[in-house]
Amino acid sequence: MSGAPVATHRGSAQPAPGNMESSAQAETIFEARGVNLRFGGVQALTDVSFGIRKGELFSIIGPNGAGKTSMVNCISGRYKPTDGKVYFKGRDVTGMTPNHRASLGIGRTFQNLALFGHMTVLDNIMVGRHHLLKNNFLTGSLYWLTGARKEELAHRREVEEIIDFLEIQHVRKATAGTLSYGLRKRVELARAIALKPDLILLDEPMAGMNLEEKEDMARYIVDLNEEFGMTVVMIEHDMGVVMDISHRVMVLEFGKKIAEGKPEEVLANPRVRRAYLGEDDEEEAAPAANSVRKEVA
Amino acid sequence: MANVSIIPSGDFKTSYGTDTTIFPTRTSRNFAILGVVLLLACPAFMDRYWLSLLIQIGYLGIAALGLNILVGFTGQISIGHSAFFGFGAFASAWLNNRWGVPVALAIPLAGVLTTGVGLIFGVPAARLKGLYLAIATLAAQYILQDFFGRADWFTGGSAGTIAEPLTVFGFAFDTDERYFYVVLVAMVVMYILGTNLMRTRDGRALVAVRDHYLSAEIMGINLTKYRTMSFGISAFYAGIGGALYAHYLQFVSVENFTILFSIQFLGMIIIGGLGSIMGTLMGTAFMVLLPELMQALSKMVSGTAIDVALNLRENIAFLREMSVGIVIILFLVFEPDGLAHRWKQIKAYWKLYPFSH
Ligand SMILES: Nc1ncnc2c1ncn2[C@@H]1O[C@H](COP(=O)(O)OP(=O)(O)OP(=O)(O)O)[C@@H](O)[C@H]1O
Ligand SMILES: [Mg+2]
Repeated sequence: MSGAPVATHRGSAQPAPGNMESSAQAETIFEARGVNLRFGGVQALTDVSFGIRKGELFSIIGPNGAGKTSMVNCISGRYKPTDGKVYFKGRDVTGMTPNHRASLGIGRTFQNLALFGHMTVLDNIMVGRHHLLKNNFLTGSLYWLTGARKEELAHRREVEEIIDFLEIQHVRKATAGTLSYGLRKRVELARAIALKPDLILLDEPMAGMNLEEKEDMARYIVDLNEEFGMTVVMIEHDMGVVMDISHRVMVLEFGKKIAEGKPEEVLANPRVRRAYLGEDDEEEAAPAANSVRKEVA
Repeated sequence: MANVSIIPSGDFKTSYGTDTTIFPTRTSRNFAILGVVLLLACPAFMDRYWLSLLIQIGYLGIAALGLNILVGFTGQISIGHSAFFGFGAFASAWLNNRWGVPVALAIPLAGVLTTGVGLIFGVPAARLKGLYLAIATLAAQYILQDFFGRADWFTGGSAGTIAEPLTVFGFAFDTDERYFYVVLVAMVVMYILGTNLMRTRDGRALVAVRDHYLSAEIMGINLTKYRTMSFGISAFYAGIGGALYAHYLQFVSVENFTILFSIQFLGMIIIGGLGSIMGTLMGTAFMVLLPELMQALSKMVSGTAIDVALNLRENIAFLREMSVGIVIILFLVFEPDGLAHRWKQIKAYWKLYPFSH
């Protein structure tokens, strides 16, 4: 499966990733410094440091259980690092609650579906507007008298644009819990976009999808990045997609960062080939110095 | 097909405004208006006994809506709702008796005071889940009940307290015929407020907390704040309902607000449908009318062999309470979505009749 690149409107040969590189001094939107995460005896992350540049499409890859989701959870605030710090827009957010981080501009989707199952698709996406809406239990209850109606309708209009973008108009009134897997993934993406995040975290957005659905999803993600200007962090197992659309890739193995760099560099890294792609070539003795940052003792 | 639309074809929405109205179709809206108009006419032809049942449905329905917001929409649990209902009743009487606040003002103020009490209990409760939360709300029930018994200054102690009738510009709403309109207006207003709440930001946040609290938090929702708020809102509706009850009976006694009463509130929303606004009203009506039905049944069988065998006449009070319990269990087993869901299916059936299959 890793051999089948997904067609997107931007071929892998185009220079977009290069653009990112040329502005190497581009603003860092997120930074992890020496992040450690322990669950009892399990060391999920060990001393992981990296930076994500504003406007880039950054992928995290690695074998199952490598700590990818744990890393994303440390970014979104679901987990607090046992040790180390995370910075968002230059601000230390290590101890900040997830809801606070959302209002600062971090949105995400989940590896396992996490929609509000009994709500309509429309309401699910409207929940994403939470931190942008101003009406509350009082003004909302008085609806017509307080401008809540006007505000809700204005946001509803923007939500409809997201619905159009992701082509889910036909299910907007359906109960989220009744939708097919692929559609639910899409609704989750819509809900995350509705937050208008500056940094959007996508945990395996294409898992369990067929080729056609994957192509659509890859196109949405590239559009998000290029047209909406969102910085994207994506965890994905489909190497074809990762290599095709990412600007930079970080590889985790057993909770440690083993490589980081442009897709082709990472792919050429013998350590990555051995760890992730399951190749057994014995020439790993020659490390690709430019992308291997941390050697394991 | 799972998502059969029950909206008649041809009923197209042309703007987001018309798409977000309270009633899904013009027909359902007209029916609701017709219902209110019919209710307005009730005092003209209905006897006092039936009017009193409707009044009960009104103020209990308001309080039950509060419980449904907490339990049905937010996914919390409370087995202390009647204590907040009682607090509202005493608060309104007290505001009027002690401070001379006009009843028309004391009723909403009692709602606000009860909200405060709800928040006091909501702050610890919002940090608890499941069984622990249930026990905490049970504690609220007993603490408040104990308070009612001791706080003579507030409740009149074991003697209870008088509640003056509602008077507006010298016109006293002191008969069932008159008070009926007060409760009707209050009920319509409170149900509209509740509907509005649930279709705006904070209402959606409550449902999000219920459906998936982890993603609600990722969406920017402060879980503790909304769980606490839900207790406050729930207490507000309970307080308003209780205050209306006080000025209807014109007397509040301390021993009414028991755990059994709290469980009856839970029965109303389970039977009506958790998370359904109109279902709340249906469930309340059901619970108020059920004992009447039992009464009628026992009258029907009185004197027959069944009556003699079961000694119904002596056990009638017991049977009433048992029937409530049995009906709750039957609903939980056979109709967990409540009357509201059944009603929707009936509507769908008739909309498509005779092509319903
Ligand atoms: N809440 C938790 N409690 C205990 N252990 C956890 C928890 N979350 C993650 N782990 C452990 O941390 C390690 C990394 O898990 P993580 O979910 O981050 O991996 P992943 O790279 O996302 O894997 P996958 O590709 O299967 O999604 C695993 O050993 C996992 O068992
Ligand atoms: Mg994972």
